[in-house]
Amino acid sequence: MSYKEILASYKDVPGGMIEAFHAIQGQYSYLPEETIIEAARVFNLPVAKAYEVATFYSMFSVNTRGKNVIRICESAPCHVAGAADVVAALERELGIKMGESTSDGKFALELTECVGQCQATPVITVNGKVYLDVTPAKIPDILAEYK
Amino acid sequence: MVNVTIDGIKTSVPDGSTILQAAQEVGIRIPTLCAHPDQSVKANCRVCVCEVEGNRLLQAACSQPVFEGMVVKTKSPKVIEARQTILELILSNHPQDCLNCIRNGNCELQDLAKEYCIRENPFEMKTRGLPKDFSTPAIFRDPNKCVLCRRCVETCSIVQGVGALGLLNRGHNAMVVPSMGQNLADSPCVMCGQCIHACPVGAIGEVEYIDQLIAAIADPDTIVVTQMAPAVRVAVGEEVGMEIGEMPMDKLVAALRQIGFDYVLHTNFTADLTILEEGNELLKRLTTGGKLPMFTSCSPGWINFCETYYPDLLENLSTCKSPQQMFGSLVKTYWADKMNIEPKKIFSVSIMPCTAKKFEASRPEMNSSGYQDVDIVLTTRELGRLLRMSGINFDKIEPSSFDSWMGAYTGAAVIFGASGGVMEAALRTVYEVVMKEELKDVNFTVTRGIQGIKEAEVDLNGTVVKVAIANGLANARKLMDQVRAGESPYHFIEIMACPGGCIGGGGQPITKSNLKREQRIAGIYVEDEQCAIRKSHENPEVKIIYEEFLKEPLGHKSHELLHTHYHAKNKKLI
Amino acid sequence: MAEEIRIVLRNYGKIDPLKIDDYLAIGGYEALIKARSMDREELIEEVKKSKLRGRGGAGFNCGQKWAFAYGAQADQKYVVCNADEGEPGTYKDRIIMENDPHTLLEGMAICGYAIGANKGYIYCRGEYPQVTQILNTAIAQAKEKDVLRDFDIEVKSGAGAYVCGEETALIESIEGNRGEPRIRPPFPPVSGLWQKPTIVNNVETFANVPVIVDKGADYYASIGAPAYPGTKVVTLTGDVNNKTFFEVPTNTTIREVIFQFGGGIPGDRKFKAVQIGGNSGAFISADLLDTPIAFDAMTSIGSALGSGAIFVLDETRDIVDVITRVAKFFEDESCGKCAPCREGTARMYELMEKLNSGQGSANDIVLLNKLGRVMSYSCLCGLGQAAPTPVLTTIERFSADYNAKLM
Repeated sequence: MSYKEILASYKDVPGGMIEAFHAIQGQYSYLPEETIIEAARVFNLPVAKAYEVATFYSMFSVNTRGKNVIRICESAPCHVAGAADVVAALERELGIKMGESTSDGKFALELTECVGQCQATPVITVNGKVYLDVTPAKIPDILAEYK
Repeated sequence: MVNVTIDGIKTSVPDGSTILQAAQEVGIRIPTLCAHPDQSVKANCRVCVCEVEGNRLLQAACSQPVFEGMVVKTKSPKVIEARQTILELILSNHPQDCLNCIRNGNCELQDLAKEYCIRENPFEMKTRGLPKDFSTPAIFRDPNKCVLCRRCVETCSIVQGVGALGLLNRGHNAMVVPSMGQNLADSPCVMCGQCIHACPVGAIGEVEYIDQLIAAIADPDTIVVTQMAPAVRVAVGEEVGMEIGEMPMDKLVAALRQIGFDYVLHTNFTADLTILEEGNELLKRLTTGGKLPMFTSCSPGWINFCETYYPDLLENLSTCKSPQQMFGSLVKTYWADKMNIEPKKIFSVSIMPCTAKKFEASRPEMNSSGYQDVDIVLTTRELGRLLRMSGINFDKIEPSSFDSWMGAYTGAAVIFGASGGVMEAALRTVYEVVMKEELKDVNFTVTRGIQGIKEAEVDLNGTVVKVAIANGLANARKLMDQVRAGESPYHFIEIMACPGGCIGGGGQPITKSNLKREQRIAGIYVEDEQCAIRKSHENPEVKIIYEEFLKEPLGHKSHELLHTHYHAKNKKLI
Repeated sequence: MAEEIRIVLRNYGKIDPLKIDDYLAIGGYEALIKARSMDREELIEEVKKSKLRGRGGAGFNCGQKWAFAYGAQADQKYVVCNADEGEPGTYKDRIIMENDPHTLLEGMAICGYAIGANKGYIYCRGEYPQVTQILNTAIAQAKEKDVLRDFDIEVKSGAGAYVCGEETALIESIEGNRGEPRIRPPFPPVSGLWQKPTIVNNVETFANVPVIVDKGADYYASIGAPAYPGTKVVTLTGDVNNKTFFEVPTNTTIREVIFQFGGGIPGDRKFKAVQIGGNSGAFISADLLDTPIAFDAMTSIGSALGSGAIFVLDETRDIVDVITRVAKFFEDESCGKCAPCREGTARMYELMEKLNSGQGSANDIVLLNKLGRVMSYSCLCGLGQAAPTPVLTTIERFSADYNAKLM
């Protein structure tokens, strides 16, 4: 579906812009400028207002980013379980820093707060899929799934 | 009624009152920052927090309703500490360059810092370090100074229905930005400047042209000529410590001469001329099946708005230039000729209640004199600065009068300064032109006042002309949507971008409440009453310009110099 | 010896959550039928009498809240389920929804009947896409079986904002806006979603409702602590052997949770501190371990049961380091609407970082105390008011950790 079709399908959903943005990110991994402009049109809001929403939520990005979004939980339970080591391993393995994307556009690295999987910390998610008890040693295998 | 005790004072206030209102009743002023008398309650600055007996949490006085038996402390040590700490937090993120700030001495945050004795801020100074936005010739933004009160956002989106401003990010990274974080020029900003009035600090202001004026005055080969809009006099006194409407016109003219203007003329002259041109345009449209309803075109913020949001209705706009631009093209042609001055030597300065006029003057099409018709536009606030800079004592200054040929005006021009005034002025003239009889009572009071939308009907020889007036752009939207839907019952619509009309313009002395706008409106109608002539077509200098130069309304010369055309702005980020 | 009592997790592991027939076979939706046979006021009275209090953190009497919405006159009312479980260390709502989604739907439908609402929303955090799927499946099945009748439920997804756990911010987010808290009053039962009377209850709260209707208020009120009866699902994280969840009666003590259910601290290390209720919870020292987890008991020691997260730290942990991390959480999650939270959370993190890196002085601790104190009673919503709690309680109770890191 084109972004216009995606947005049109949420037109009559009250408060549907947030879900529409999720659907767009499912396709583009971020919210390209034209999708926000079109969302404003569809939901009959000023562009400034649509942008307010797009930049409020941590799962939305208005900047281009890698296709596979890796989010590393840094909340306290993951922190004490060694999240910093996982962060370092991911940065080393992908050759980028937190908040950056790989040059081939495959991966984006982001920190996140708690993702609610605290039974087995540290936790990372890739495109929403959860990986538990992550250690630096497990990183190459996890990344391989997306290469 | 609800019984409450505030700082030990017992009182009874209406149900639904806030602590802030109740405190006002008993003469206690609670400090505020985000509160605005004409806006929704925001309660986001938390400066007005007070102690309510029985509650550990402090309550924001602006939002907390009173309840029966409520006991409030507005200045307990706990409250004072909280306010001081909150101010320290806000100030630690706010550039402390008050001495260089456009709002120095007229800043709500500065006042609070003074009131709460903020000395050494315990928090480390950290400002956003962002560049100022000087992308428009009218309004600048300094995002570093923004205190996130959001009053500008409400003004832009709710009062004006523009929606150029919004928030970006959240938490400590939150900022107010033009659409999609772009600069103002790329946003749908119409440059009305109402956000400037809303801003408690110096985060938004007018682009100043005082330096260019001083340079022009200093150049002996340059003839500096000024025009001044009708809404300026009624408000500029506020800048030099006078009451609203107090400034005498003849003393203001004298002051302008002292500042160094070579000739002092009045935009009112072209306001009268506008009535002749626009009135005849309306009659022509009515009789020849032209596009109706016709919209007035003297408010440049409105023109920007129409070009941005209603490009399909541009043909409904009167082709008349605004009085400022009519003046600009005539001063370097007709007047220069009359005065035997080389037009290229003329530096044409316009003093306006308006920020959008700065943009209008810079439009590339505004050069029908062969030069840039208006060289610079100063706001009423900049005039105030010039008056203060010049050390003029209005008690002592000798009165003076306007220079000839483009300085005479009528009461009809004066009322251009208030919402409904253009309509009333037009009706005074159109009535007499069509009916060929004298209008006994020139006061069309139905067009006056601060209501959002006003409407009236005039019977002209059996033809009922329906008119409407929109006060502010959110109200304009309502009328425009009606026109777009083909459901507008009107023939003629006056639209002023700013609430109250030009007296509430974006360039006027900082105006926090609509009450002030109403007082200025009253001042306008007093001035109208005092004018010997109150109908535009009776302006003697207007008669002369038609006899000697323009020949007839809507004639060849008029088209060349006094009329214009509009362009869809095709803005992406609307 | 304290024992688990499973009320909200009564069907955990016993049914296939994706099969409504499983739920129906063990008496599912019978409470809804029973509720609908009751008079609305009688039903609300029953819930009130059970003394069920909100499990989302505020601990407000659930039936009382429903009564407000019932009494409000409106053409439309809403039931909203707060499934924006964002407190670090908390995943109990996910466990309920993943394993027994129909319990939630049934609880919401009972509420809908009680207050006169025919529309419900579940606001599920964006981090739980798999839960959203399960809920949507359950809703489709419930519709197919027509068990909900005229009560419609829709799942709305969040997009990463802890503050949306605050009920008015959640409402804003359902409306498609920035998730910023509203000024109260008006409270949601009077004017909430789209300005209509709205009940917002947590997943766990709704999950209790069918049991209360089924077994009666007296049964429920007899479990746990009298003023905050029932059970609480707690989730154990940090330095504890059993990093898992338990549903325990509310009169269970912290010590029992950590040492009995949690199996104590790994290795031979000693207990140092426990934070209860999520990131905004107080840090509790060993001397307070015999406090019951019930709402009021926790409040009496300057803490809060909150979401039921139990985050345990052993003697090797550096409190200042952990609090620095906690402070960054609030800086990340402040919505930015009110000044003391927007600026205060950032300053709090800045000062904690300074202390954590050994650059801090005693004056910084004084300033932290003042800042935290002011935030705790000046901020617009619970996020900003609670954000300083971990800082303030650790400065008070674990001052040695702070002093050890002073410049």
